[in-house]
Amino acid sequence: MFLQQLLNGITLGSTYALIALGYTMVYGIVQLINFAHGEIYMFGAAVGLFLVTVAGFSLVPALLGAMTFCMLLGVLVEKIAYRPLRGKSSRLSALISAIGVSIFLSTFMLLIAGPNTRRYPEVVNPTTYHIGSLQLSSMQIIILLVAALLMIGLNLMIQKTRLGMAMRATSEDLEAAYLMGIDVDRIISLTFAIGSALAGAGGVMVGIYYNAVFPYMGTMVGLKAFSAAVLGGIGSVPGAMLGGITLGILEIMGVAYISSSFKDAIAFGILIIVLLIRPQGLLGKKISKKV
Amino acid sequence: MPILKLSDISMEFGGLRALDSVDLSIEEHQIYGIIGPNGAGKTTIFNIITGIYKPVKGNLFFKDINLKNYPPYKIARMGIGRTFQNIRLFQKLSVIDNLRVSAHGISKVNIIANMLGFPNSRREEKQIMLKSGQLLEMLGLYEKGMELADSLSYGEQRRLEIARALALEPALLLLDEPAAGMNASEKIELIDTIKSIRDNMNLTILLVEHDMSLVMNICESIAVLDYGRKIADGDPASIRNDEKVISSYLGMGA
Repeated sequence: MFLQQLLNGITLGSTYALIALGYTMVYGIVQLINFAHGEIYMFGAAVGLFLVTVAGFSLVPALLGAMTFCMLLGVLVEKIAYRPLRGKSSRLSALISAIGVSIFLSTFMLLIAGPNTRRYPEVVNPTTYHIGSLQLSSMQIIILLVAALLMIGLNLMIQKTRLGMAMRATSEDLEAAYLMGIDVDRIISLTFAIGSALAGAGGVMVGIYYNAVFPYMGTMVGLKAFSAAVLGGIGSVPGAMLGGITLGILEIMGVAYISSSFKDAIAFGILIIVLLIRPQGLLGKKISKKV
Repeated sequence: MPILKLSDISMEFGGLRALDSVDLSIEEHQIYGIIGPNGAGKTTIFNIITGIYKPVKGNLFFKDINLKNYPPYKIARMGIGRTFQNIRLFQKLSVIDNLRVSAHGISKVNIIANMLGFPNSRREEKQIMLKSGQLLEMLGLYEKGMELADSLSYGEQRRLEIARALALEPALLLLDEPAAGMNASEKIELIDTIKSIRDNMNLTILLVEHDMSLVMNICESIAVLDYGRKIADGDPASIRNDEKVISSYLGMGA
C-alpha cells in the first residue's frame, strides 16, 4: 500500500517537476516569477488534445507538437510582455505583466474552446502491469519515462553544451555575461523556450492521465509547480526536480492516509513548515545580502 | 589613428554630473592609464566604453565604429575585453569554463548547431579548449583549470579575470584597478604580466588605477580625472610635474 502510493506520488510529482523547471529556470536568469507558465501548461494539454482528436496524431507526435507550440508561445510571451519592461522598470511591473498574460491566455482559451472540460480519447492502451503487489498503468510508465528522459536531457544540456554554460553564467551575473560577449536576450529567449516546452509535455501527460482539459486547469497546477520550485529552492534546477517529486508524494500520501478533501491543505501546510525551517528551500542557496 | 577616441563625453546620474566633456585618445599598442581620486568617474568611463551606460553627450569611436549604437555584448565581440574592480567571475563555473563562455561569444558556430553536436562545432570546441589552455598557462592558472572559480585565491581570481577578458581575443583590454588588494611583490608581478600581455598579444591596454607607482611605472600615457573632468594628460613625467595634478591629487599624501 505504502509503496503503491509512493509510486503514484512520484508519477504525479514528476509532472509537477517538469512544470517547476520552467519557473526555476526563468527565475534563475531574470528573477521573474513567470505567472503565465501555468497557462503555457494548459495550452500544452489543449494543443495535444487538438492534435490527437482533430489531426488524428498518436501520442508521441502529439507530444512533440504540443511542446513545439508551447516553445513558440513561451518565446512570444517573453518578447511581447517581459522584454520591453526589462531594465526599464521594476521587477514588480514585470510580475504584474505576467499575471496579465496569465489571465489573457486562460480567457482566450475560454473564448475559443468554451468552458467545458474535454477529455482525451484513448491514446494509450490501458494496460495495468503488476510487479509483486505494485500496480503500474501504461500511462504511468509513459509519464515516468518521458519525465526522466526530459530531465536527463535538460541536465546534459545545462552541463555540457554551450547554451547551458551561457545560461549558468547569465544566471550568476547577467551584466558580466553581457560584457563577455553573451547575447543575453537570446539566452533568455531560449530559457523560456525550453521551460515552456517542458510545461507543454507536462500538460499533455496530465491531460491524458487525469483525463481532463479545461481553460483554468493551469491555475492550480501552476501554483503547485511554483510551490514545488520554491520548496526545492527557486533558481536551482535539481531543486525543482526534487521539489516537484516531494510535493507529488506529499499530496498523494495526504489523500491516501488522511483525507482527499484536505489534499491541497496538507501539501501546502507541509510546504509552509519546510520553508519556515529552511527559507531558501531544500537545495537553494542561502542568500546573504550585501549591505 | 587612435584605436579608441572619446570626444566630449558627458554622463549624468539623476542630474548629478559624473563625467563632464571628457576627451581621450588612445593610440594602438599603448598602455594608457586613467588616474584620479575616488568618485572621479574612472569606472564610469569603463562602463561607457563597454556600453553599460550610454553617454548623455559626446561620441566614442573604437577604430572607426561609433560605439554609442551598440549593446554591450556586441562591443565585447568587436574586441573590447574588461575586468572588474570587484571580482565578478562566474564563481560556479570551472576556471576553464569561465574562458570558454567568453570564447563562445566570438564563435562562428550557431548555438543550436553546438547543441546538436555538429562536426564544425566539435572542431571549434577543441580549438577553444586549446586556446583557453594556453591563456591559463600564460597567467599561471593551468593546473587550476578544472577547479571552480570560487575555490581560487584572491590573486588567482584577479588573474582569471584577465584571462577571461583575453579569451574574447580583444584588441583593447580594459583593466579596472588591477592592483587592488595586492601586496608589493604581487604588484611587481602584475606589472610584468601586463607588459608581457601587451607585447605577446599585440593589444592596447587601458587601465584605471589608484596606485600611483604602478601607473607611473607601466603607462606610456596618463589622463588625470577629478570630479568628472579631465584635468591633465600626457606622459608620466609631464603628469608628475603638472601643477593642477599636484594640487588636486598628488599633493595628498605624496
